[in-house]
Amino acid sequence: MAVYKRPATLKKNPSGFCPGCMHSLSTKIIAEVVDEMGQKDNCLHIVPVGCSTLNLVYWQGDILGAAHGRAPAVATGFKRTNPERLVFAYQGDGDLAAIGLAEIMGAANRGENFTVIFFNNQTYGMTGGQMAPTTLIGQKTTTTRYGRDAETTGYPMKMCELLATLEAPAFVARYALNTPKGVMEAKKAIRKGFEIQMAGKGFSFIELLGNCPTNWGMTPLQTLEYMESNTIPYFKPGVYKDKYKDEVK
Amino acid sequence: MAKVLVKGNEAIAEAAVRAGCRFFAGYPITPQNEIPEYLSWRLPEVGGVFVQGESEVASVNMVYGAAASGCRAMTSSSGPGISLKAEGISYLSGTQLPAVIVNISRGGPGLGSIQPAQQDYLQATKALGHGGFRVMVFAPSTLQEAVDLTYSAWDYAERDRNPVLILMDGCLGAIMEQVEFPEMKEPMREGTKNWSLNRVEGVHRSDRLLTPYFPEAMLEMQNKSRALMVKRWEENDVKVEEFMLDDAEFVVVAYGISARVAKEAILKLREEGYKIGMIRPITLFPFPKESFRKLDYTKVKGFIDIELAIPAQMRDDIALEVKDRAPIYEYCRSGGFLFDDDGVYTAVKKILDGGAK
Repeated sequence: MAVYKRPATLKKNPSGFCPGCMHSLSTKIIAEVVDEMGQKDNCLHIVPVGCSTLNLVYWQGDILGAAHGRAPAVATGFKRTNPERLVFAYQGDGDLAAIGLAEIMGAANRGENFTVIFFNNQTYGMTGGQMAPTTLIGQKTTTTRYGRDAETTGYPMKMCELLATLEAPAFVARYALNTPKGVMEAKKAIRKGFEIQMAGKGFSFIELLGNCPTNWGMTPLQTLEYMESNTIPYFKPGVYKDKYKDEVK
Repeated sequence: MAKVLVKGNEAIAEAAVRAGCRFFAGYPITPQNEIPEYLSWRLPEVGGVFVQGESEVASVNMVYGAAASGCRAMTSSSGPGISLKAEGISYLSGTQLPAVIVNISRGGPGLGSIQPAQQDYLQATKALGHGGFRVMVFAPSTLQEAVDLTYSAWDYAERDRNPVLILMDGCLGAIMEQVEFPEMKEPMREGTKNWSLNRVEGVHRSDRLLTPYFPEAMLEMQNKSRALMVKRWEENDVKVEEFMLDDAEFVVVAYGISARVAKEAILKLREEGYKIGMIRPITLFPFPKESFRKLDYTKVKGFIDIELAIPAQMRDDIALEVKDRAPIYEYCRSGGFLFDDDGVYTAVKKILDGGAK
């Protein structure tokens, strides 16, 4: 019996993500959850702009491409006119926390009944590794050559903490993908978010801490260690808001 | 159906509902606020959805999401807000999604003024966003025409899988007039079932893709097919009013509120014996080129472009057709000033007397 197989919700296309990139991992666990919930044919994946755009090639199911940062607005329009569908947007940190800040805050504040999965690897991967709103202090990028300086660029934005201040969101959580335990917790949180949505209970937001070996200039193994000692202490994993803790398992 | 007295912006809103529009997202901006205000209560009455977006950018992207599911969707704004929607309108065209955009136009550039103006002609007809796409632009000059054009707008949008723009000045948005509303159309997603992401009985597949991103060859192919679409518009979809042109020596060219005021002046000048008529584009794009081509240029002594825009914006399109065969005069106001009958009459008479020398 196969204990490990390709999810039916992923196409049999070779990955275009860089070796060791956790985008592959996060896309896979989302697809597994969709499979396990029997939602493959009912699911709509809103694909934004960034490395996440590559999901156009891998995702098996209905896909709607959105403009940079606008996925939560696009999801609002789609879900409101198709309330029976499982709708999720998968956004990177530049997409969600910089150019799309108004759209994510607006959708969350309205308590829109869809799920946003936020892949936070602290850089603009697709465009070559510029500073993101989530880039850590001291982290080197192509636009912070000597490391991010709080004096001129401020501090990394904590999206879960921000969103948890709002009244409407049902579920807000963050997990790190650098350990098997973290991956399993993340998958469980995605499932929970999707279940909240299918129960019509409102907005769910799951942040996944990931890596970018190419633009961090590290081997994949080095990124795991970097995350443990730098990313995770700043972006603390855990549940930030769980409105229906006792109702939706 | 009996005629009702209604305000311009509300006429467009009600016509949209009757056309089967069931999703609207918008953001407050003067002078179009009655459209979202009306739809905020009217759409829920018919099972539709109204969302007040956090911005014009978000609103047009909500329309993009609703349109992707085959739902008839609309957003409205005015100049500064239309600039913000430019991104989303380009994406609508790029992804080939039908939607209706309404611009109740005001003074520009910048924040401009909240008073009526026609300063967005170039934006509407040449480049409503990046990437070189075109949209059909409807420019009503009466409220009945606004109702009828809005009512038909989705038929064009869905036929072409492309957004349609209704460009109406703030004056028409604010006036009240009698209109007859057409019958309520059932909101059908049937016409979009071959491409939309809506689940329709019997045609649902689970690997459909609607994307604004294309590999090179596909993008060029799409752009070529879009160029053919624009050619078809020019051949089949031009709407124009030709007013008293038969013996005209002077031809006014005006649209929207300007055309309405100009018509009064033309009638008065006709009474005085001046041979003057008017070409009133109803579709600003496709522009009514044929109306200019069939004129007898041995008789026409000049054109008068009348616009609430300085510098004149429609003049370039007129000039492309006139090709130096007659002079083009202008009478324009801007900044939020409106024309009055006497002003247009006096200005045009002066041109006629000078030009007839």
